[in-house]
Amino acid sequence: MKTDNLIVDRQNKINSIDLSSLLVKTEKVVLVGNPNVGKSCFFNHLSGMYVDVSNFPGTTVSITKSHYKGREIYDTPGVYGVGSFNEEEKVARDIILSADRILNVVNSLHLERDLFLTMQLIEMGKKISVLLNFSDEVKKRKIKIDVQKLSGLLGVEVIETAAINNLGFDKLDYAIENARTGHQQLDISFMIEEAVEKTNSRAEALLVLEGDEEIARINNIPAGTANEREKLYISRRNKVNEIVDQVEYEDSKKGEFFNKLGRLSLNPLTGIPILLFMLVLVYFFIGDFVSQTLTNYTENTLGKGVFEYYVKSFVADLTPVEINVEVPDAAQNITTQKDFSFPEGMNKLPTLKKEFEIVSRQPEAITTFHFQNPIVKLFFGEFGVVTMTTTYLIFLLLPLVTAFYLVMAFLEDSGYLPRLATMLDRTFNKLGLNGKAVIPIMLGFGCVTMANITTRILGTNREKTIVTAILQFVIPCSAQLAVITILLTGAGLAPLLIYVSVIFSVLVALSTILNKMLPGESSPLLIDLPVMQFPRAKNILKKTYYRTIGFMKEAGFWFFVGALAVGIMQITGLLTVWQDILAPLTTAWLKLPREAANAFVMGIVRRDFGAAGLFDMKLTINQITVAIITITLFVPCIASFVIMLKERGWKEGLSIWFGTWIVAFLVGGIVAQILI
Amino acid sequence: MTQNITLDKAKKGSALIVISLPSGETKAQLIRLGITEGDVVKCIERLPGGTVIVQKNRQEIAIGVELAKKIKISLK
Ligand SMILES: Nc1nc2c(ncn2[C@@H]2O[C@H](COP(=O)(O)OP(=O)(O)OP(=O)(O)O)[C@@H](O)[C@H]2O)c(=O)[nH]1
Ligand SMILES: [Mg+2]
Repeated sequence: MKTDNLIVDRQNKINSIDLSSLLVKTEKVVLVGNPNVGKSCFFNHLSGMYVDVSNFPGTTVSITKSHYKGREIYDTPGVYGVGSFNEEEKVARDIILSADRILNVVNSLHLERDLFLTMQLIEMGKKISVLLNFSDEVKKRKIKIDVQKLSGLLGVEVIETAAINNLGFDKLDYAIENARTGHQQLDISFMIEEAVEKTNSRAEALLVLEGDEEIARINNIPAGTANEREKLYISRRNKVNEIVDQVEYEDSKKGEFFNKLGRLSLNPLTGIPILLFMLVLVYFFIGDFVSQTLTNYTENTLGKGVFEYYVKSFVADLTPVEINVEVPDAAQNITTQKDFSFPEGMNKLPTLKKEFEIVSRQPEAITTFHFQNPIVKLFFGEFGVVTMTTTYLIFLLLPLVTAFYLVMAFLEDSGYLPRLATMLDRTFNKLGLNGKAVIPIMLGFGCVTMANITTRILGTNREKTIVTAILQFVIPCSAQLAVITILLTGAGLAPLLIYVSVIFSVLVALSTILNKMLPGESSPLLIDLPVMQFPRAKNILKKTYYRTIGFMKEAGFWFFVGALAVGIMQITGLLTVWQDILAPLTTAWLKLPREAANAFVMGIVRRDFGAAGLFDMKLTINQITVAIITITLFVPCIASFVIMLKERGWKEGLSIWFGTWIVAFLVGGIVAQILI
Repeated sequence: MTQNITLDKAKKGSALIVISLPSGETKAQLIRLGITEGDVVKCIERLPGGTVIVQKNRQEIAIGVELAKKIKISLK
């Protein structure tokens, strides 16, 4: 799959620089449609790239550009109409205005809703082709749509597709080539006639009349009033309803299992048990299976037993080393204990090396290498940059992070999130938010950085601020959850419960305070609920794969740099200095070992890395509780920090960032003083 | 003909006629989604607290209580 993509990508790049495109301006093909209709599926197919595909409105919140057969192709945020009601709409509007050809993706199940945008694009005089997506669902529900007639009424090409099954993908070239302006409504033509003369285009004229202030300003003419917009909207709505009446027939209505499940998950009475049931499943899957059985195997057997053993043996062949081997029996009693000394490396003493290999390759043997050379120690020692980093990252964190990504992908593709948003709407109202805030917050459990961008789907600035703060302060991302899971493994339920209740209280306090402080009012909930579906394996695996690769790239780099930095600080003695400085805070206030200070050096870069430093400390259960609370509340990772500054401005971003320092140590300390 | 009430008071399972929508941007957004004055919609769920879920054709839309209070309806 991956090489395929690369080939397609390269092909596209070659096409895009072919001679003709240097002479003629490259055409822009833009995917436009309502939210959650499959635009990103088409984009991924055409571009060979990967952007997220999920089953909730608002997955794509910014524009992605790529190339396809000598043209530029753009994925856009979903909109219900071209306008300027919020930031994404403005982003979408601008790219639509500049588009040469538009592929208008339509959900065939919701023609009445979706054709509103289609009609508007036609009235704007844009060259479009309509992709009637979700044709698989249409068949399943025995709905009939007269495609020919629809095409005739609109005056543009209409093509049936099912992006999920690659159906109709072969006709996309045809759709792009034959995009054209459809039939213009006479009454609307009449209404905008005057404005067309004063503006650059029919498209802009229509938007001005519909009250778009920005476009009006550019053209130096007054924008239409809300009343004028309403008139245009109602006339368009009537026209659409008329068309749908003519082309759609429904044979049977059947309630599906998932439809019912969707209904049940809305009402707290049934919805809360469903939510709890899912949490229990996740707990058993991750807390039990992945974090114990699976990572025990990957960390100890593969990581330490195979990977580290062979790497270190190889290094030991060449450099001075002392090796200790212990072989415990089933009851953990040491039956054999042997020390080997190779002052010039193992290769110089072949017989002793043989003996070492025989002893250390017994299945239960635990081998510890003590290298003499400090540089070798830095890279291959107990906390070696090469050895420890790899074990932590690949054999310990990777399986857990992947598991969390899988769970998130499953949720995102099921259609459950908007229903959870609805069920929790009233609760969120009390925190100055509406239910929609659930979506970025839940995505935060996958990756806080991405979730920061998704706050764009919220209605007002104050909601965006509150949710951004919640994300940075209290929501642990997958990588961090992985670390917390590892620390909690075997600690029992009590620390988990304390952890959850403390973090939850901070969340409530934080948003209540912000709600009081921030001026203005939050917007009420208005969200369309997608069809519930059983998530598709292909989609889930693909998404998990791309996210995991992304995680490995970023975390791998920072882990390596971080381990190197800590290693160097250790050799030069700087680490002790830092530990001394933080000692009052770590030992007296948080009641953790002095070395916990390390977690707060590296934690600034990546919280998972910082916390990984805690694995080797002998912590009591209460200390673990304090530690995970403090690192959860501590600063977000560098990537998240940068995105937050971009999205929310430096003033708000920095306040949140410094706020996390204070709250993390304050709350962590209070818990420590009570517990320990 | 029953008297007009607001959407947050609608009963689960009832068919409703939309009498009036709050004007301005919200109205535009509702028209885009397919809900206009005079339409018949079904209330498929009303949560404690007043959040309602209405259905028009196959489209389900969740509406928060603050918005529901501003939508006038009558029972069909
Ligand atoms: N059954 C079915 N599902 C589809 C089809 N096309 C897309 N989907 C699903 O619809 C959902 C939305 O797909 P996306 O590609 O994320 O939609 P989008 O238009 O990019 O959505 P936004 O970015 O939120 O505007 C995903 O769960 C897809 O798997 C289709 O033809 N049939
Ligand atoms: Mg998308």
